[in-house]
Amino acid sequence: MATIKTTGARALLECLRREGVDTIFGYPGGAVIPLYDELYHCDFIRHVLVRHEQGGGHMAEGYAHATGKVGVVLATSGPGATNLVTPLTDAMMDSIPLVAITGQVRTEVIGKDAFQEADITGITMPITKHNWLVKDVRDLPRIIHEAFHIARSGRPGPVLVDIPVDVSRAVVEYDPDAVQQVEMKSFKSNFKVNALQVKRAAEFIAEAKRPVLYVGGGAKAAHAHEELLELANRVGIPVTTTLHGLGTFPENHPLSLGMLGMHGTAYANYAVHHCDLLIALGARFDDRVTGKVSAFAPGAKVIHVDIDPAEMNKVRRAEVPIVGDVRSFLNELLKYVEPRNDLAAWNNEIGKWKAEFPLEAPDGSEDGLLHSEFVIREVARLTNNDAVVTTDVGQHQMWAAQHFGMRKPRQFITSGGLGTMGFGLPAAIGAAFGLGGETPVWCISGDGSFQMCVQELMVASIYQLPVKVALLNNQFLGMVRQWQEMFWQRHYSHVNLEAAPDFVKLAEAYGVRGLRCERPEDVEATIREAMATPGPVVIDFRVTRETNVYPMIPSGQTIDDMVVRRPDDPAEEPVNTCHVTPGAKPSEVVVVTAQQGENQEAADDRLPAPGEVVDVAR
Amino acid sequence: MASATAPSSGGATSFAGGLRGVQEQHTITVLVNNEPGVLARVSGLFARRGYNIESLTVSITEDPLVSRMTIVVAGDADVLEQITKQLHKLVDVLKVYDYLDTPLLARELALVKVNAEAGQRLELMQLIDIFRGRVIDVSDRTYVIEVTGGSDKIDAFEKQMEQFGVRELVRTGRIAMMRGPRTV
Repeated sequence: MATIKTTGARALLECLRREGVDTIFGYPGGAVIPLYDELYHCDFIRHVLVRHEQGGGHMAEGYAHATGKVGVVLATSGPGATNLVTPLTDAMMDSIPLVAITGQVRTEVIGKDAFQEADITGITMPITKHNWLVKDVRDLPRIIHEAFHIARSGRPGPVLVDIPVDVSRAVVEYDPDAVQQVEMKSFKSNFKVNALQVKRAAEFIAEAKRPVLYVGGGAKAAHAHEELLELANRVGIPVTTTLHGLGTFPENHPLSLGMLGMHGTAYANYAVHHCDLLIALGARFDDRVTGKVSAFAPGAKVIHVDIDPAEMNKVRRAEVPIVGDVRSFLNELLKYVEPRNDLAAWNNEIGKWKAEFPLEAPDGSEDGLLHSEFVIREVARLTNNDAVVTTDVGQHQMWAAQHFGMRKPRQFITSGGLGTMGFGLPAAIGAAFGLGGETPVWCISGDGSFQMCVQELMVASIYQLPVKVALLNNQFLGMVRQWQEMFWQRHYSHVNLEAAPDFVKLAEAYGVRGLRCERPEDVEATIREAMATPGPVVIDFRVTRETNVYPMIPSGQTIDDMVVRRPDDPAEEPVNTCHVTPGAKPSEVVVVTAQQGENQEAADDRLPAPGEVVDVAR
Repeated sequence: MASATAPSSGGATSFAGGLRGVQEQHTITVLVNNEPGVLARVSGLFARRGYNIESLTVSITEDPLVSRMTIVVAGDADVLEQITKQLHKLVDVLKVYDYLDTPLLARELALVKVNAEAGQRLELMQLIDIFRGRVIDVSDRTYVIEVTGGSDKIDAFEKQMEQFGVRELVRTGRIAMMRGPRTV
C-alpha cells in the first residue's frame, strides 16, 4: 500500500508506463502543456511529434495493427481533439485498440465556449467504446487503467480520456499498484465459449458436404492463425478471408480462396454461394461481403463465432451462434473434429472455378502499359510476400488485397470499415515504429489518398523509417471513376486529379528519396532501388488511367450480377479519354433562364422512371 | 397493451423470443451507473441506430450508485434483440431486462388540468372517483387531477376528461417492476 504523491500529468505517464506503452503519437497545444512538460523530463516514453492529429491517430492505429498492442495518441483541446474524430471512427469500425488522450479547458470554464473548447466526450460518444471527462484528479489513475482495459478487452476498440488542464496540474496521492487492478462490474468482456454449442458446431462440420471457412479480423485479433490452419488441414475446408482477415490464412495454401465479397475472387464467391455450411470466424457479414443479404450463401447453415454478442443475428441468423474468442473456440473445437478425406469432390469443384476464373493481372508484355496489378505483384515477389503492407482506400487497396498474396497475420494493414483515405502513410509510419524501425513497411497508395495525409512524410523523414510508398498514380479518384463509368454513364464528375504535384519533388521537399517509374520493364529495378535505399522512399508509378477492379459484384446485388473480368468486347471497354478537363468548368456555368430550366427538366433522362427500383447504394 | 391489472408487454400474440417481423411494444428496464452522461449514451444509441423510443423514465434506485431507466420501445424480435445487445455493450449499463412474457406491474402518472365549471363539478368528481384519481389543486374555474395506472387506464381517463375541456396534460413515462418476489 505504498502511495505516491504527484501531479496528474506525471500520474498519467506512470499509468502509461505500467500499461506497457513505449511510444505515443502526439501534437502539443495549450491545454496539454502540463503533459508535455512531464514528457520533457520523461525517459521511458518515446513521443513522436506528428504533423496533424489525424495522422497521429492513424499512426497509433498502424502501431496497434502491426503489434496487437494498444496505440496511444495525444492531442490538445478543441481542434486537436476534433481532428481525432476520423481515426477514432476508423478504429471503432475496424476494432483497433486505441487510447486517445485529449487536453480540455480548465474545469471552471467548461461549457462556457472557452478558447479551444470542444465537447469532445459528447462528439466521440458514438465512435468510442467509452470515454471519460476527468473532473477530479483523484479519478485520473483509475480511469487511465480502465481505458486500457476497455480498449483491449473483448472486441477491441478506441476509447478517449479528456483531461482538463487544471486536472493535469493538480496534485494527487494514490496507490499505483492498487489502482492498476481494474474492477468494473458493468463491463463484461471475458465471454467463454459454450461447450455444448462447440459440440454442435463439430457435428455440423462432420456432416457438411460443402463447408467454407469465412475468416475475418476477429481471428487475427485472437491470434488464431495456427489453430485455423490446423482445422482447415485436418478437415480439408477451403478458407476465404475478409479484407481484415487477409494474412490470417496463408494465400499460397491450396485451400486458400483469397478474399470474398464485392471485389473478392470469383471462386471465393462461388464457393460461398454454393456451400452448405459457412463457418464465420470473427467476421461480421459486412455489406461489402454479402451484397444482397437474402441471396448470400442461400443454402448454407451458419456457424458464427464472434467475441461481440451483438454481432449474433445482426445481419444473418446463425444456426450455431457462439460468443467468444475465436482462438479458444478453435482450441475447443479441435478436440472433437475428426480428420476427413471425403471433401475432395467439393475441393475439385472449387479447383475448376479457380482454373476458369483466375484473378487477372496483365504484366504489360502485350500492351506495353504499366498496370497497377503488376506493380503490386512485383512488390510481393521481390519482398518474398513477406513485407508488411499498408494501403489507403480505393482501387489500389482492392488490387493490393487481391494480388499481394499475404502469408502471415498482421501483414496487411488497411482501413476497412470506414474506408479512410489518408490512412495508409501514417499507418505505415506507426507500423514501422511498432516493428522497431528496421522492418520495411510498404505503403501501397493512390494519388488521391496519398495527398490526404502527405504531411506525415516529415515524420518518416526525421526518423528515417523504412517506409516505402508505392504510389499507384492513375491521375484519377479511380474507384469513384469506376462507378461513374459502370453505373453513371461515364459522367466523370470531379474525379480528375491530373492537376497534381510532382510527387518525386514533393518527396524530395520532405527530404525523402523520390523515384518515378513509367514502364513495366522498369518496375523491378525501381523496386530494388527503393529496397536498397535506407529510409523512406516514394515511388511514383504512372499506371494506366482507366482500369477497373474486377471481379465486381455491384453494391447490394447478388453473385448473378458479378462482373468476373474485363469485358472482351472492345465496344464495352472504357474509352481511354477523359471528357472532363480541369479548368473547363467555369465556361460551362450558364445562367439558366426559366425557359431553359423547363426544357432541361423535360429532357432529363437521369430521373428514374415511375416504378423503377432505384438502388440507393449506388 | 399494458393495463393496470393484467399488463403484458407484448399482448396475446407474443411467445418466447417474440415474433420476427411483427411489431410489438416492449418494456425494458435498464440499470445503469449513476454517472453524468449516461442518459445521453443510452438515448444516443437509440437515435443513431434508428430505434424509436416511445417513453423513457430515469429514476434513482435503492442503490445510490445505480439509476434505473424504463424504456418503452416498439419493434420486431430482431430489432429488440439488437437493442438489448447494443445496450449491454455500453460500459455504464449494468443490466438490461426485457419484460417479454414476464408478468409485470407497469404504472404511469398523469396530471390533468381540466375546466371545472360550477355545473359540471359533480359529474367530474364522480369520474375522478371511478378512476381513483385525486384533485390536487382547485381554482374557481379549473381542477388539477392526479391519476395513476397503466397506460390504457390513463388513456381512458384522458378521453373522459375531453368533454370538460383539457387545458394542460402531462404524463410520466412508464415505470415497471416484476410481479412476485423476483427482481430485475
